[in-house]
Formats: sequence, structure tokens, C-alpha cells
Amino acid sequence: MRERLLRWETVLVLAVVVVALVGGGDFLNGKNLFYLGLDIGEIALIALPLTLVIVAGEIDLSVASVLGLSSALIGTLWNAGLPLETILPIVVLVGALCGAVNGLLVTGLGLPSLAVTIGTLALYRGLALVLLGDTAVADFPSSYTQFGTTPVPGTDFPYPIVVFAVLAVAFGVLLHGSSFGRAVYAIGANTEAARFSGIRVKRTKLILFTLTGAVAALAGVVYTLRFSSARADNGTGLELAVVAAVLLGGVSIFGGKGSLGGVIAGVLLLGGLRNLLILDDVSTETLTIVTGLLLLVGVLAPPSAVRFARWRAGRTILKEATR
Amino acid sequence: MTAHAEARAVEPERGARRLLDRAGRVRELGVGLVLVLVVAGTAVANPRFVHPQSLRDLLLNASIIALLTVGQTIVVVTRNVDLSVGSVLGLSAFITASVVAAHPGIPVAGALLLGVALGLVCGIVNGLVVSLGQVPSLVVTLGTLYVFRGLDFALAHGTQVNAADLPQSLLGLGSGRVLGVPYLVLITLVVVLAAAFYLRSYRSGRELYAMGSHPEAAMLAGIPVRRRVFTAFAVSGAVAGLAGGLWMARYGTVDAAAGTGLELQVVAAVVVGGVAIFGGSGSVLGAALGALLLSTITSCLIVLGVPAFWQQAITGALLLAAITVDRIVSLRLAAALRPDRRKADHDA
Repeated sequence: MRERLLRWETVLVLAVVVVALVGGGDFLNGKNLFYLGLDIGEIALIALPLTLVIVAGEIDLSVASVLGLSSALIGTLWNAGLPLETILPIVVLVGALCGAVNGLLVTGLGLPSLAVTIGTLALYRGLALVLLGDTAVADFPSSYTQFGTTPVPGTDFPYPIVVFAVLAVAFGVLLHGSSFGRAVYAIGANTEAARFSGIRVKRTKLILFTLTGAVAALAGVVYTLRFSSARADNGTGLELAVVAAVLLGGVSIFGGKGSLGGVIAGVLLLGGLRNLLILDDVSTETLTIVTGLLLLVGVLAPPSAVRFARWRAGRTILKEATR
Repeated sequence: MTAHAEARAVEPERGARRLLDRAGRVRELGVGLVLVLVVAGTAVANPRFVHPQSLRDLLLNASIIALLTVGQTIVVVTRNVDLSVGSVLGLSAFITASVVAAHPGIPVAGALLLGVALGLVCGIVNGLVVSLGQVPSLVVTLGTLYVFRGLDFALAHGTQVNAADLPQSLLGLGSGRVLGVPYLVLITLVVVLAAAFYLRSYRSGRELYAMGSHPEAAMLAGIPVRRRVFTAFAVSGAVAGLAGGLWMARYGTVDAAAGTGLELQVVAAVVVGGVAIFGGSGSVLGAALGALLLSTITSCLIVLGVPAFWQQAITGALLLAAITVDRIVSLRLAAALRPDRRKADHDA
């Protein structure tokens, strides 16, 4: 019981509840929750597949560039006269392709994913700039952009949150309820051992990178429709925010540890805190500092808790012995 | 007799191959070669590209990133990473600029020392959290990236320090030169050479590589791993602080966003320069060359009339090419070092 209480996920959920309680009526009203939902939309979406990538012991820093490329592609294809119904599947497919390129470089050539995705971070953003330059495409019909500006009828949720909920369940089942998910944990915990026990390490990683690319492109669609503006520089720098959310959610950067529930709580905590501080007219600089401090706490707390528990256990033994 | 003659005939060929083999293992050489090719190729298209003034600009443009790669290399060889360098640069540049603007009497060296001291404090924070907390540096420095940048914005509060507020002597450091070489380039060169000498010739410098290639073995061998990691981060911070001071001198105008996003460029330069991202190998010289190569490519693209929008894509593709080539070279190196292969070579 005590162990469960001390779990990082539990601490995060409690923190989210505290944020909600502190925020009170201003925070918990429908309109504010709607904006909160919009605000965390893209980060929440990308955090889902990225969690699996990090649990498998890899990292993908190119996600925000894939988002930008997808936005630029939407603009280009829209200018070319294609309807959005045709554009969207193409965009998600291109995103999956970007992810597959990351995955192939990592698994096929055995390159470190940190270095590979710093390279593709520049490459994909560059391709986005080549496509659209520094112009913006903004003449989307309101029937599409309503996607980001109106709630689902009868609720306070913006449409992107519905997309997120569906994907969250899908990724939750994939990671926590399937043999694929167990393979992901095994790879992250000990790649060699996973390989020797018959897990197809390369294929699994390739799938994870491809999924991440596809979801990042989907986030690009959400981003573009929300601001009704397709730009090559959309979402610049977002990769660090997403990685921050995943790591705050208790996923170990070394792989093998973490849960999707924790990550969702982490995203909610970061987004909620941001929202709360904005409501209280706290400056954006404070927000930045708080984000960083939370991340530091997130990384320092679990080992410190273990050390504290060991120290207590040691003291109890000492007491028993000296009595 | 015939066998002897044959052996002699084979000898020079084998010698040449050995030389080629050895050259292939010097990673700096590859980067240097590409650099020369890029400059030469551009010079053919536009001879003015090798005019002393434009060569000087090439070096000047690369100097701040090259300086940052020194600290980053020291951290990366220990199998860590410092993502906070851009924020450390921004924070120390802004504070130093504000102090100097308020007290114009401060000598140039004093201003630079202040920058170094501020960076050192940031580096010490990183080093303490990483080494005492025993937590991954990627996460820690991602956290301090936000914290330092947030502090920077909070202090600046939307204001900026302009060149008009800074003393002429300081701005002279950014634009002046001695014997035709800009001061900034000289300072960077001194730091690079000092760090290269330290890493190559000092026991504690070698120990950083040992830690990076096998942390447990290094610990068992009695290397004070935690203290070394702490020092590496402190040095990286101090270097980023110095870079902040130079940034101020070079650009004159400093706002809270100075150096935003620089961390990925620095890591990219280090990787292109042949420093293994998982520690244990690489040199500051290679990393500085990597920085020079990346910024030279940007200049070449401009000279060659390539639209600016292509630059980032080409930089990314080059980075991928560099790590791929590096991987292939190191795989070949590993194969060459395998004893059975050497024996087979000998027998044949």
C-alpha cells in the first residue's frame, strides 16, 4: 500500500488534483477547461507514441519538425487545390515515412537515435521551409477550422481531445496490454536479453518510430487547423516540451520504465499549472522556470525516495540490533 | 629469392594501405578534408569566397559555436550531455551586459571574467545535480535549459541592452583583430588548444575518456567518476559563460532570447566533428572543426546562391551523412582491431 502511494504516478495525479483545487472555479469552469484542452493538444498527442519510444530506450527529437513539415505540406497541397479530405491521409502517411526514415537509420545502420533525430530535426524542418518558405496559408474554410475553435456539442471538450482520448486508449492497450508492449519494456530494460529471448528488436523499434512520425503529423494537422494557419515554422522547439512532459511522467530516459498513465498525468500537470499561472497573471518567464524545476524534481524525486527508504530501513535494523 | 623480391614488391603497397588505414582512423582528418573540399568547390564557383576578408568572416561566424563545442565535447566524452549551454550563454550575456552598461568603467577582461563566473555557477548547478543526484544529464540539463532561460527572461523583463549602452573597448573586442585575425577567433583557438592539450596529456583528461567508454570499469579502476563529471559540467558552464561575454562583444545588442536553440547546433557540431554521442571518443579539435564546417556550409550556400530555405535541410542531411560515415569508419576500425583478423592479415 505504502509502495503504491509512493509511486511517482500517484504523486503526479495528486499534484494535478491540487492544481485543480487551487484553481477553483476559475480553473474548473467549462470555458477554461476547453482552452486547457486545446493548449495541451499537440503535446499530449505526441507524448503518447514518444513514451513508447523512450521506454524502448530510444529518443525522437524530430517530432516538432515533423509537425512543421506536415503543416507546410497541408498548406502546399491546399494551394495546389486538393480538398482537405485528400490532404489529411497524405500528410499522415508522409509523417509515418519521416518516422520510418528515423527508424531505419537507427535500426538499419545502428546509429544513436539522439544524433539521428537531431539530424532529421534540421532536415524535416528544412524540407518544410523548402515547401512553403516563410509564407503562411490561412484560407481554410471555417467548417474545418471549427475543429479547433468549438467544443464537441454538449461537452466542454475541444475536438482534438477526442482524438487524443481515442489514441490514448489505443496506445495504452498497445503498451500495457499486449505482447508488443511487453517487448517494448524488455527492449528498454535489456536489449541484448530481449534479442536472445526472440524479440524482434529492430522491427519493434522501426514500428515505434513510424508510429511517432504518423502521430506527430496528425498533431501538425491539429495545430494547423487550430490556428487556421499552415506555416513551415509551426511548433518550433516543441520537441523539448514533449520530452519534458514524458520524463516528468516518470519514464526513464534509459528505457524500460514508465507508464502511459504517468505521462498523461505529467502532460496534465504541466498544462494545468501553466493554465493556472496564466489565470493568476503570472508571467511566462515564471512558467518556464516552473517547467524546468518540475522536470528536475521529476528526475530527482524517485532516486531520492529510494535512498530515503533504504536509509529508514537501515535505521530500523540498527534500532532492532541495539535494543 | 623470388619470394624475397615478391615481399619487397608488396611492401610499399601494404605501407600505403597502412597509411591510408591510419589516416582513416584520424577522425579530424575526414572533417578537415570535407571542409577543404567545400571551400575549394565554392571558390571555383566564386573566387571571392577565398578572399582574406571572407575567410575571416567564416572563422568569426564559427567562433562562438566552436567555443561552445569545447565544453560540450568534455561533457560528451564522459557519456553525458549538456543541453543547457544556449540558456547559460543567454543568461550570462544578459547579466554581464547589464552590469557593464551600468558600470562602464569595468575593463574588458573584467567583463569577460564576470561572464565566465556566471557560467561557472550555472555549470556547478548542473554538475551538482547530475553527480550528486546520480540522474541522467539529458533530463537535468533539459530542466536547467528552462530554468536558466526563465531566469534570463525574468531579469530582462522585456528590456534589452543596446550597443550604445556598452563601452567602446568591449565592442572593439568583438570587431577588432590582431595581425588580421579577429580577437574572437584567437580566444576560441586558445581555449580549443588548451582543452585539447588537457584532454590529451593530463591524467584526469584521459580519465574522462575512460569513464565514457566504460563507466563501471572506470569506477572499479579508482577514477573519481562523480568528481570528474562534476568538473566536466562546471567547465562546460564556464565556457558557455565566456561565450556569453563574447556574444555581447560581437553583437552589442543583448536581449533575453540570446542563444536560444543553440544547444542543438552545438550538439550537431560535436557529432559532425566525430565525437561519439555515447562517450569515450572524440577530440575538441574535431568538434571545433565540425562547428567550422557547419557554419562554412551555411556561408557557401549563400555564396552559391542556394535559396536560404534550403540551408537547414542541407545541414540536416550533412549531419546524417557525417554520423553515417563515422559509424562505418568505426565499424571498420573495430574489425581491424579484432585480433583474429590481424592474424589472418599476417598469414596472408
